[in-house]
Amino acid sequence: MLKSEAVTKVFGSQTAVDQVSLTLEAGHIYAMLGPNGSGKTTWMKMAAGLSKPTSGRILFKGEPVGVKSRASIAYMSTEPYFYPWMTLKDVGLYYQDFFADFSMARYQELLKRCDLTEGLKTKALSSGMMAKAKIAVTLARDASVWMLDEPFNGIDLVARDRIKEAIIEAAAPDKVLVLSSHLVEEMEAIADKGIFLRKGQLVKEVDIETERVETGCSIADEYRQIYGAQGGTEVC
Amino acid sequence: MEFDTASPIWMQVATRIKTEMVTRKLPPGAKLPGGRELALQYTINPNTAARVYQELEKESLVEMRRGMGTYVTENPARIEALRTEMAQDAVRDYLRRTASLGLSLEEAKALISQEEDKNAEK
Repeated sequence: MLKSEAVTKVFGSQTAVDQVSLTLEAGHIYAMLGPNGSGKTTWMKMAAGLSKPTSGRILFKGEPVGVKSRASIAYMSTEPYFYPWMTLKDVGLYYQDFFADFSMARYQELLKRCDLTEGLKTKALSSGMMAKAKIAVTLARDASVWMLDEPFNGIDLVARDRIKEAIIEAAAPDKVLVLSSHLVEEMEAIADKGIFLRKGQLVKEVDIETERVETGCSIADEYRQIYGAQGGTEVC
Repeated sequence: MEFDTASPIWMQVATRIKTEMVTRKLPPGAKLPGGRELALQYTINPNTAARVYQELEKESLVEMRRGMGTYVTENPARIEALRTEMAQDAVRDYLRRTASLGLSLEEAKALISQEEDKNAEK
């Protein structure tokens, strides 16, 4: 579905993404993991067609990503991106204008499930409410690929479960979901593939349940091994 | 449900379902939730949920009927055998743990009787 071929992104003297090659297959939920500055967001932005690789390329269904693929790839960034004067209803209408695959009914249902009402002004939203609204509007699209950057940040425990449910509902044999998070524990049960990045490079790709069978490692254990002090210690 | 994230989640969900079969919370022939429903019920990856049923089917505990859904086996002997298997697992687990604490088999057995007596007094 999505193929990253030796993708590199350089900002000045900084290499944010370094020769990342990976293939994301339909029917999976990927956890993209790594500490801040490991290149997760930069890679996602390129895959979303919002920025261009310095070298290498990202293909969506065999074609380089760009303006066209944005109709099929939904991306939720960590930055707030609603105009402050908008109500949540306006946000829905705005999305409906932009994306043919947006479902107003699904949006309304997701808002309701997250205890949000359409009349709320976006500037009046708490950070947790804003986070939920961003997810609702993104998952209300019927995209082929969803990339959610830090979907659980600033969201309380109960709402996290609501969001996971919405993610499970979106998952299907012909869809790809990519979730980035440094809240590794939140990813354990919901993702089935793990992608570990460090300093812009791909360190490891795992099938999470297979890893549990073969090594007795959770993804949190893997994370500690990969990113722990002194290159990590054997923990499982 | 809280998972032990270091062991496979499909196995933990399968164990839960097996327990429900043995206790007849899920009687023979009962229809199980669809794969997606199961994923939502346990908040797990849909592929993991599908794996749960595949593994239960391998053990002849469920029957996946094409286009109909997944059902608990109607064979009561299979459920009885499952009860025995699960009980044996529990015993093995107990003996492994007491052995790791340095108890002999006799001491481990004696402890069971003592616990039984305590419970009887209550």
